[in-house]
Amino acid sequence: MVFGLVSKRIDVRKHVLVPKHEKLSDKEKEEVLLSYHASVENFPRILKKDAALFGMNLKYGDMIRIVRKSPTAGQTVFYRVVVLS
Amino acid sequence: MPEFEEQYVYKKVASVVFGFLSPKMIKKMAAAKIVTPELYDKEGYPVDGGLMDVRLGVIDPGLRCKTCGSKLKECTGHFGYISLARPVLHISLISVILTLLRYTCRECSRITLPTARIEQYGERLKRLGNDKGPEVMRKKLKDLIIASRIAGKCPHCKAKQKKITLEKPTTFFEDEKRISPIEIRSRLEKIQDSDSELFGLNPSAVRPEWMVLTVLPIPPVTMRPSITLETGERSEDDLTHKLGDIVRINQRLFENINAGAPEIIVEDLWDLLQYHITTFFDNDVAQLPPARHRSGQPLKTLTERIKSKEGRIRHNLAGKRTNFSARTVISPDPLLELNEVGVPEIMAMKLTVPERITEWNIGYLKDFVKRGPKAYPGANYVVRPDGKKKKLTEETIEASVEELQPGYIVERHLMDGDIAIFNRQPSLHRMSMMCHKVRVLPCKTLRLNPAVCFPYNADFDGDEMNLHIPQTEEARAEAELLMLVDTQMISPRYGLSVIGCIQDAISGNYLLTRSSFSMSREKAIDLLASIGVTDVSKLSKKDVVSGKEVFSILLPNDFSFSGRSKSREEPEVIIRDGRLVSGVMDKNNLGEGSGLLLRNLHKKYGREFALGVLGRMFKLGVAFLMKRGFTTALSDTDLPHGAKLQIQNVFDNAEKDVAGLIVQYNSGQLDVLPGRTLRETLEQKILEVLNKARDETGKIVAMNVESYSHTIVMAISGARGTPLNLAQMAGCVGQQALRNRRIEVGYSGRTLSCFREGDLSPTARGFIKSSFKSGLRPAEFFFQSIVGRDALMDTALRTPKSGYLYRRLANALQDLKVDYDATVRDSGNRIVQFRYGEDGIDVSKSEGGLLNVKRVVGEAVEKE
Repeated sequence: MVFGLVSKRIDVRKHVLVPKHEKLSDKEKEEVLLSYHASVENFPRILKKDAALFGMNLKYGDMIRIVRKSPTAGQTVFYRVVVLS
Repeated sequence: MPEFEEQYVYKKVASVVFGFLSPKMIKKMAAAKIVTPELYDKEGYPVDGGLMDVRLGVIDPGLRCKTCGSKLKECTGHFGYISLARPVLHISLISVILTLLRYTCRECSRITLPTARIEQYGERLKRLGNDKGPEVMRKKLKDLIIASRIAGKCPHCKAKQKKITLEKPTTFFEDEKRISPIEIRSRLEKIQDSDSELFGLNPSAVRPEWMVLTVLPIPPVTMRPSITLETGERSEDDLTHKLGDIVRINQRLFENINAGAPEIIVEDLWDLLQYHITTFFDNDVAQLPPARHRSGQPLKTLTERIKSKEGRIRHNLAGKRTNFSARTVISPDPLLELNEVGVPEIMAMKLTVPERITEWNIGYLKDFVKRGPKAYPGANYVVRPDGKKKKLTEETIEASVEELQPGYIVERHLMDGDIAIFNRQPSLHRMSMMCHKVRVLPCKTLRLNPAVCFPYNADFDGDEMNLHIPQTEEARAEAELLMLVDTQMISPRYGLSVIGCIQDAISGNYLLTRSSFSMSREKAIDLLASIGVTDVSKLSKKDVVSGKEVFSILLPNDFSFSGRSKSREEPEVIIRDGRLVSGVMDKNNLGEGSGLLLRNLHKKYGREFALGVLGRMFKLGVAFLMKRGFTTALSDTDLPHGAKLQIQNVFDNAEKDVAGLIVQYNSGQLDVLPGRTLRETLEQKILEVLNKARDETGKIVAMNVESYSHTIVMAISGARGTPLNLAQMAGCVGQQALRNRRIEVGYSGRTLSCFREGDLSPTARGFIKSSFKSGLRPAEFFFQSIVGRDALMDTALRTPKSGYLYRRLANALQDLKVDYDATVRDSGNRIVQFRYGEDGIDVSKSEGGLLNVKRVVGEAVEKE
């Protein structure tokens, strides 16, 4: 460990290129699943330890909503399901 | 759905088990025991118990199988077997046998791993085998055994173990002493099922000792048919030859053993038998000389039949060939319609379309049969209702004509209007295979309208293309509905037309629609008539009409459009109520993949109409150029004397500036740019000066070259070439750059031996003052060659690389599809995108990837 570097760890969540990640409530999650007629297995995944999810209280199966800027649509919504590894 | 499945699924594959054939099974399978290497007796009949035994299947037409009683093609043949005088190792399983011998005890044949360890790791090993395959599993087991080995003793019976080595290909040694296959077999026999499972062998399907052959199955004659040559001689298949060798040696071995021959002779024969059986399975074993024909060419045995590009899998199973197809060189024909393909007559007489006779067309089809295969349009075959196919020849024509009645099928020659699928490799696109309508033409090339070159990426420097003729009504209907050129006009990649005017058609329309151009009404009508447009009511009644008016005839009366053109004089293209009011027609409007003119025509009037208009525009451009005359001449690049002096002046100034910079550099007065070294600063400043000089000469050329010269017309209209190309021809070629720098390679400190060391002047570093027209100086020529070669190498190396990259991408994405809810999903129904392209737009229905909301709303309001 290099002294002095620990406190300077970059928080990627504040970086301009990292889009907004937010946890969905169980109710919201159900709505999303229903609207796509899909189960959790059909959704893209994200690691629980992903740097963009730092500090969130998550468990396996939680759904994350990611709102991104899109060159074609202006703004676009993406969903990912939390996995442990 | 379930009823459907129950009705049609005959048998379902629940599982597949891999294993070896046991000696018992081999004997059970066999229809005959083979005992003699002879094939035929004196009368030419197959010998009983020979390799061509009649019980092994039929290969002669008309005969019935002795074993199953069915005819040729119905009977798939039957195996035979020979029992070997001595056991022999199977070459493909040598590595497994080695592992088994090394890691089992030589006394008790238990696995040399303590019982505790087996219990500890057994399950994990099996799981590994399931996931990654038996090889990985065996490797892991080996590591485990080596790690837990104790002083070379068996952990179960404490017997001392010896070192087992394999002398490739098939000889095993145990501490210098050879172990015979008999010994190997007896050791393998003792291995317990529970142990063999740990070695990755499925105990319910495999016994280890089966890897040592005691009986050998003889493949049926149907997989090694003999050929009768024209001379009446019989020529046997390679496999039969090899099997003959095996049987002969096996017999000799038997005889010698029974006669009590010396051990040395028996062992020699045994080794020979091992060799023959090894090469029977694989004739390409590293340490063995391959078995050869008398002519010296190696025999093709079992492995060779399956393996490699010419093998069964890649050649016969993966590589399909098709009938009713043709291929030859292509050439352009602007007089064809866009969705036509010109087919040479000789091709049309080979390719056929089946047509069924009915009461109504019997007279029509009879005529084809009457003309026969040699006169066009005739017929090559007649198919009777029972499926018998009859070839038409001079002699059979009459009889066939008499015989014809409804229900018969006539395979008639290809004719105008038939449906064909046209293709050019590499087929990267769906537009690489499009459906065209046949047009039978004289000469020997396939012809296509040059406007469809772009989707095929074809040119006429020797390109060849393929033609396929669909043979059923369904196939023809599908091809026409889904693949016709009309349907492929709008690209699914960028939502614009992939078919457009090229080359002459662009410069022709450009010259025609320029404001300054007009022609007499008579000539205009003549021109339009020559491309098949006879309705000229739209043309004004004046004696002299403008080119724009002539062009407007092709546009529908209610068509309005506004866009931009490349031209600087008339940048705005306005079409009002079917009249071209301002703007010229150039590549921006007529070319492929550019501008919305063609897109809007397609959107408003449909694909057929849009393609028709495009075809007429193309023909108009070409026809106009034909009447007007168009060429490119050396004099197009002539400059007046004054311009030459100006250019000289620009160079002199640039050279002076550069010399100044170099002096500054040498004396250290040059200001260093941030983030660069002194030398880099100098280079950058020199490049700036020289690029400015080149641009200035370009401007001088553009100003002084005659603006109506054909060379510049081509550049401005976008038909071919750029203004830069022209400047290089007339003014100066400019700086040659190698990897984004001036040329620095060559000798130490200089590029060519005619310069002084350390010379940084433009001429010494690849600046070419001359123009292509005036000719290059020797040093300049070298510089140009350096860059030219580099560019050539670059493209030659990049093309296959990017091609492969594209292929991998296409394969990875091939079964993604857009679902009804606009999500993109893969074959496992996993979501890849939540909304296709993030905006949910179907590009092939958009205008250049965008939706024109204003217009859509406007049109909706209008309808109300």
